Amino acid sequence: MIYELKTPVSDEDIKKLRIGDVIYLTGDIVTGRDDVHHRAVLQNKEVPYDLKGKAIFHAGPIMRKNDDGSYKVVSVGPTTSMRMESCEAQFLEKTGVKIIIGKGGMGPKTTQGCIDNCAVHTIYPGGCAVVAAESVNKVIDVEWLDLGMPEALWHLDVNRFGPLIVSIDTEGGNLIDDNKKLFNERKEPIIERITEKLDFLE
Amino acid sequence: MDKNNELSDLLSRFICYSSAHLPDDVYGKLKEMQQVENEGFAATIYDAMFENMKKADELKRPSCQDTGIIQFFVKAGTKFPYLDELEQSLVEAVKIATDKAPLRHNAVEVFDEKNTGTNIGTRVPWIDWELVPGSDSIEVYLYMAGGGCSLPGFAKVLMPLEGYGGVVKAVFDQMTSYGVNACPPCLVGIGIAGSAEVAAKLSKKALLREVGSHNPNPRARMMEEEMEKGLNEIGLGPGGLRGKMSVMGVNIEQAARHPATLAVGMSTACWAHRRGHIRINGDLSYDFISSKGVEL
Repeated sequence: MIYELKTPVSDEDIKKLRIGDVIYLTGDIVTGRDDVHHRAVLQNKEVPYDLKGKAIFHAGPIMRKNDDGSYKVVSVGPTTSMRMESCEAQFLEKTGVKIIIGKGGMGPKTTQGCIDNCAVHTIYPGGCAVVAAESVNKVIDVEWLDLGMPEALWHLDVNRFGPLIVSIDTEGGNLIDDNKKLFNERKEPIIERITEKLDFLE
Repeated sequence: MDKNNELSDLLSRFICYSSAHLPDDVYGKLKEMQQVENEGFAATIYDAMFENMKKADELKRPSCQDTGIIQFFVKAGTKFPYLDELEQSLVEAVKIATDKAPLRHNAVEVFDEKNTGTNIGTRVPWIDWELVPGSDSIEVYLYMAGGGCSLPGFAKVLMPLEGYGGVVKAVFDQMTSYGVNACPPCLVGIGIAGSAEVAAKLSKKALLREVGSHNPNPRARMMEEEMEKGLNEIGLGPGGLRGKMSVMGVNIEQAARHPATLAVGMSTACWAHRRGHIRINGDLSYDFISSKGVEL
């Protein structure tokens, strides 16, 4: 199924999503990755935005500063979500974020966090950062810029941002986990087959 | 403009161009793979990848936001007239390109935990040197070492009785766990040597070889081909979302090992494998090897 959603999204919007569904998202979102999670969760600092019903995009953009002090997005694609695995469930609980956007999957802690906090994790195609930048209407503002350009909390206004492929849903479904199980099943006989050909000692 | 500034300026244009365009061999391989990956999410993602390359070219922007830690691998002719100043020219080129491309700020000083904001930092840009006796030209390979593609990297020292199968197992295990995050289809670089740091460095050098090239040793070539075929059968697909393929290729480089050790290193390049390769002559004329016919 394909869904068009607007922030702030409701629990009802999120509950109907299942792994493999696709979202196009309109509204305001923030970027946040390692250091944002470090500050918000490990250091328990207050996040300077109200993120209830919003989305967090695991991304470190390239920004260009305009003459009037505002910013323009040059390039912004997803980063590896798994790096945030240790803190994401607590981040969801603390902020009320409903949609996580990144690449690759996330693990069991985040899956439980999505069940407990009625949230989803989604995947945007990795490396497609110029296409993503084209769906940003404007950079609303920025906080925690002292963390540097990639790590700051950039507040973005986006239009039909997607495809966001649902990879963790509110019922514990985990698309990438399912895929990894399949990959690992396929792997063992292939390794064995190749190994047999590689005894080079005469 | 004096010759040193001219060299920095040329190198900065080389970096800017390479941040926005994939090398000819990578682009060609992805085109081939797109024909095969024609179902499900894989087809959608390949479409997005090619749309992104088109937009990056039109808008002259870095194709991926992660322009990486800048690494140079230099084959330096010992008679190149600007050899003394070359390191400074490379550093200067990174400064210029950071502003012009623009590149993302990716140099975080260890212990200070501060981003320098310039892409210049301790031992960054990373520069690897090889000397070429008697030559008056240089060859510069640029690699933008992004986070996602660097994360699966590893090196470990196996015991020889684990054999080459141990190498295969270590690489396959890493590809089915961390590999899905490294923006597959990846190019897999493998180094085999006697100690961890040599294997690690060779694995990165393997990534500098063209997609579709082969190790001249017939056994190594066979191992490359078998591993490529085997990884593709696993079917990671683009972004780990399943498909008919996993990798653009497997490149192996080796150094003689110690009788008692079999070290393996692995580096992965994401599909947006921004590897630049240029030859610059003593008169500063150049041949842009990775993007034939492009004038900088």
